[in-house]
Amino acid sequence: MRELSLHILDVLQNAREAGSTRVDLTIEEDLVEDRLTIEVRDNGRGMKEETVRRVLDPFFTTRKTRHVGLGLPLLAAAAERCDGRLDIDSAPGQGTRVRATFRHSHIDRAPLGDMAGTLLSFLLGEPPCDLVYLHRYGERAFRLDTDEVRRELGEVPLSHPAVREWLGIYIEEAEKDLTCSAAESA
Amino acid sequence: MPKLKSLEDLKKLREEAQRDIRVRLDTGTKITVGMGTCGIAAGARETMHAVLEELKKRNIEAHVTTVGCIGMCAAEPLVDIEQAGYARITYGRVKPDMIPRLIEEHLVNGRMVEEWVVGRIQRETQ
Repeated sequence: MRELSLHILDVLQNAREAGSTRVDLTIEEDLVEDRLTIEVRDNGRGMKEETVRRVLDPFFTTRKTRHVGLGLPLLAAAAERCDGRLDIDSAPGQGTRVRATFRHSHIDRAPLGDMAGTLLSFLLGEPPCDLVYLHRYGERAFRLDTDEVRRELGEVPLSHPAVREWLGIYIEEAEKDLTCSAAESA
Repeated sequence: MPKLKSLEDLKKLREEAQRDIRVRLDTGTKITVGMGTCGIAAGARETMHAVLEELKKRNIEAHVTTVGCIGMCAAEPLVDIEQAGYARITYGRVKPDMIPRLIEEHLVNGRMVEEWVVGRIQRETQ
């Protein structure tokens, strides 16, 4: 995957397929500690301990459409080659937490990339799933809670053409603002 | 300074959207993009972005959504177009630069792009 945001989209889709109705995605860019952390917490069905042990095996998957599951192994490899690691906590009925860390300045660390594209792709998927997104960059932060967005929208779905356009631009501008202004004030 | 959009915009948007929402959801066109690991790695997110852009440019209303892996990983990115009353067509290896032609031929002219089709499902007759 060329961007970390593509890995993130992949993990978010796992959460949806686990039957989650709410996902918390947190990205923390700690420039002082030189650390980038991505954490996805869902309220899906969770996994047994034995399953958790096997998800990093590329030849393990729960799906029936194919025999390999590369999503998490690819993310683990990406983290490990950047002095980081992948941790997975899960229990049946308790949801799953996936946490990947990277050395922020590592030469092999892929750029975060198009987070607006990733979040929009996830939010347009079915069945609907709420997302609480928090992106910290140094001292600054951007937060998006789709539950708040839905409350403003009433019966109008996030997939409505006008809404999805708004979401794309809203996230893109906020992300740009987050990283650009932080760079200026540094 | 970028002109930052705010949650306040949503109020206005809601009023405008409420009027046409039922029509759109019941009878519209549905475009589904494969977004499993295989699709994502093959560029499905960018393909989906191109679909959204093209629909906006041509002012075509369609429901756009994603699906996980359907087992045809080698043909990703997969784009599936479903229109009321027509067969459901699945296109394979759809790159963003193919989208303008796909939308024009399939949605505007009503002809499928034969050479890109990897699957079709006839509409069930009730």
